[in-house]
Amino acid sequence: MTPAFGSAPAGSGIASRPGGGNPDQPVRPHRKRRWGRTARWIGWLWVLPALIMYAFFVLRPLALTVQYSLYRWNGIGPARWVGFENYLTVFTDRDLLKIISNAFVLIVFFSFIPVALGLLVASLVRRITTGPGGTLVRTVLFLPQVIPLVAAGIAWSWVLSSSGLVNQALRAVGLDALTRSWLGEFNTALPAVGVIGTWVMLGLCTILLVTGMSKIDPSLYEAARMDGAGPIREFFAVTLPSLRQEIGVCLTVTIIAALASFDIVYISTSGGPGIQTTVPGLEIYRLAFSQRQVGLASALGVVLMLLVVLCVLPIQRLTRGEKA
Amino acid sequence: MNLSSRSERLTGRIFLIALVVVTLLPFLSMLSAALQPRGTVPTGLAWPSDPQWGNFVDAFTAANMGALLKSSMLIVAGVVPIGVLIATMAGFGLGHLRVPGGHIAFGLLLLGLTLPFEAVVTPMYYQMRDLGLLNTRWAIILPLIGLYMPFAVFWMRAHFINVPPELSEAARVDGSNTWQLFWRVHVPLARPAIASLTILLFLWTWNQFLLAIVMVDDATKRTMAGALGAFQGQWGTDLVLLCAGSLLILTPTLIVFLIFQRQFIKALLQGSVKG
Repeated sequence: MTPAFGSAPAGSGIASRPGGGNPDQPVRPHRKRRWGRTARWIGWLWVLPALIMYAFFVLRPLALTVQYSLYRWNGIGPARWVGFENYLTVFTDRDLLKIISNAFVLIVFFSFIPVALGLLVASLVRRITTGPGGTLVRTVLFLPQVIPLVAAGIAWSWVLSSSGLVNQALRAVGLDALTRSWLGEFNTALPAVGVIGTWVMLGLCTILLVTGMSKIDPSLYEAARMDGAGPIREFFAVTLPSLRQEIGVCLTVTIIAALASFDIVYISTSGGPGIQTTVPGLEIYRLAFSQRQVGLASALGVVLMLLVVLCVLPIQRLTRGEKA
Repeated sequence: MNLSSRSERLTGRIFLIALVVVTLLPFLSMLSAALQPRGTVPTGLAWPSDPQWGNFVDAFTAANMGALLKSSMLIVAGVVPIGVLIATMAGFGLGHLRVPGGHIAFGLLLLGLTLPFEAVVTPMYYQMRDLGLLNTRWAIILPLIGLYMPFAVFWMRAHFINVPPELSEAARVDGSNTWQLFWRVHVPLARPAIASLTILLFLWTWNQFLLAIVMVDDATKRTMAGALGAFQGQWGTDLVLLCAGSLLILTPTLIVFLIFQRQFIKALLQGSVKG
């Protein structure tokens, strides 16, 4: 009977193995149920290719990173078991702590400033028009998301260089005293790298927040104004709570980008001057491939991974709380 | 009251325009430097009296653009179709067929959703060395497919979980098996989700830098971003050529972006919301 076969979700194309179901079984309902169960297991064949790629190219390296992190190994010779010594180094070495703290400084520039400015623009604009002007604005603001971060790094290295645009602008208004090589000097290098991140993230955050803004029911604002709320109270009473989810998304994306930053720093400063702008991602690369300290690099990798999770999970909890 | 909201909007407009200008300035500054005569020291933003468009020709040869384009396209062709196909299949299995124990597989995949590539790049390098794939494009293609799986499966599952089960039941009465069902009913319905995923994977592959510089020494076997990094290393001191070359290397992405602008923005917005 075809309908009985049809209702069993067994794939006979790719998944043509009949599994445990014996097609000669006389009792139909029983057979149907067994078929159904087997067929549901056969469904794994659909998941398997993705899972195999993931297991071999992500889970296996991940497990190896954890394993390497417990050894001292130069990548070639024999590895020596050192237990948690590499982790101890990560958490006590002054340079490495400075490098980790650099990543947190970058969060201010990659996350907080874009989200704050984006909120400001969003609450002022409310919505970007759907006309050609709006499309143009959206297109331009998305450019930094589309180009490789490497290109952003090159462009901004030029803009921030001693003969670049920033210094040209400062000279034009008579602030010659402030001109400098922004990425090259000890005190300004890290904020200058941060500004590149701000530039990359600002458009995305603004558009995400404006899009969220346009979904807020305008009557909420009318009600707030009736109650005599000024723009500031309106912001805290209506805008901020309504945009909770969008803010969460912006923070998640940008914080991951800050903590795991590599491309921009590699291109614009290579971590210098000194280790002033070195971030964990760059240090892992340097340790593993030029210093040949694979164990320490791996320990730093594990710490970086955990830091990302520790920063992102609370945000997800706070902003998606009731939905999940 | 109306007046105050109007002035607010005007301020908002001004902010928005300022944002647009700030976004564009670095590109304009690069263009102005790229058009200066070679060997001069350009300043931030100055339209050259005699724009040297020939610099772009020089940069085209210096960067070996033809080879770079071919390499990036080969890598994209290796990553995107396979990545999208197996992610769609897995999303179908987890979201629609609801395989027993699927939540375990899904949980494992979620683990990789926030994973920084740097955390796994070291063992990946040794893995590729042992497979003898270092300095080939496979050393970029294969890990990227694996690394994209958490997001890609998550994305496709989110689509399939919302497809009503009755849809399959109706098709099954017609006697189709799961394979036919997938291709005839579900893939056509999933087209918007698949299109967005394709765009995102294309963009991330084209712009992938870390794996490119770790796995492949030869810039002409890398992704566009990796090649750009090498170009900076080689011509970093010749600012005019560097700017011309960087703009040139950006052009293909920009053209694709401008053509599919609407889809790109939709994909990026959804991508960040769901990711």
